[in-house]
Amino acid sequence: MVEWTEQERSIINGIFANLDYDDVGAKALCRCLIVYPWTQRYFGAFGNLYNAEAIKTNPNIAAHGVKILHGLDRAVKNMDNIKATYAELSVLHSEKLHVDPDNFKLLSDCLTIVIAARLGNSFTPETQAAWQKFLAVVVSALGRQYH
Amino acid sequence: MLKKKEKALIKEIWDRLTPVAEDIGADALLRMFASYPGSKTYFSHVDIRPGSPHLLSHGKKIVLAIAEAAKDISQLTVTLAPLQTFHAYQLRIDPTNFKLFSHCILVTLACHMGEDFTPTAHAAMDKFLSAFAAVLAEKYR
Repeated sequence: MVEWTEQERSIINGIFANLDYDDVGAKALCRCLIVYPWTQRYFGAFGNLYNAEAIKTNPNIAAHGVKILHGLDRAVKNMDNIKATYAELSVLHSEKLHVDPDNFKLLSDCLTIVIAARLGNSFTPETQAAWQKFLAVVVSALGRQYH
Repeated sequence: MLKKKEKALIKEIWDRLTPVAEDIGADALLRMFASYPGSKTYFSHVDIRPGSPHLLSHGKKIVLAIAEAAKDISQLTVTLAPLQTFHAYQLRIDPTNFKLFSHCILVTLACHMGEDFTPTAHAAMDKFLSAFAAVLAEKYR
């Protein structure tokens, strides 16, 4: 089981309490599709992804990014049992969506960069470490039910 | 593959950061030490606390080397030849750490540049740092 310090819990809750989901969610997914273009393979039905501008202005991508970000809410509320919380979601990504679990890390890195750009220097090394620890647990849980 | 526009963008960004090389370098190192404690094992002989002179001078050295390589990306292997030898035979830092450090550089750039660290700049920078790390590790075996 993952151990969280009081400080780590406070950092994670603090980031989510002040999160602009509509902005950050959209930006994180767009950034992933631009920085790691092969991830576009999962979005064939989402419309025009021809270049960075098209991706940034694609409403389907933006909406999906927000949906994904809200998906993290349950992990924040259940930090002591993220593995169980995401068991079903892991099965979904494996059996139905057929997403290579390596992609979870790519998106989580892009999310980190978007948050860093917004928070600037208040995204301290300690904040980054706690945030990345949280995302690593999420990523691991999402990949857990693959077989 | 880095396109012409991307090379120009990368060069421009590092030229702009050269005056604050110390701050950028030290920040990236501190982020790496905080998130990836294993990386600290390469610095057991020095003071790497925030603000320490060694941390600042080391950060500066690294950023200036990256900025120098960014000036002519098509010549990476030539520019980095001495550093290749140094890392392979003297430092022998496990190359996995290059990836971790590159990630922390990207985070530092995001914090420093905010919205200016666009997805396009991020993509170009990620590609450049990956190429840099790959060349740096070329003489390892």
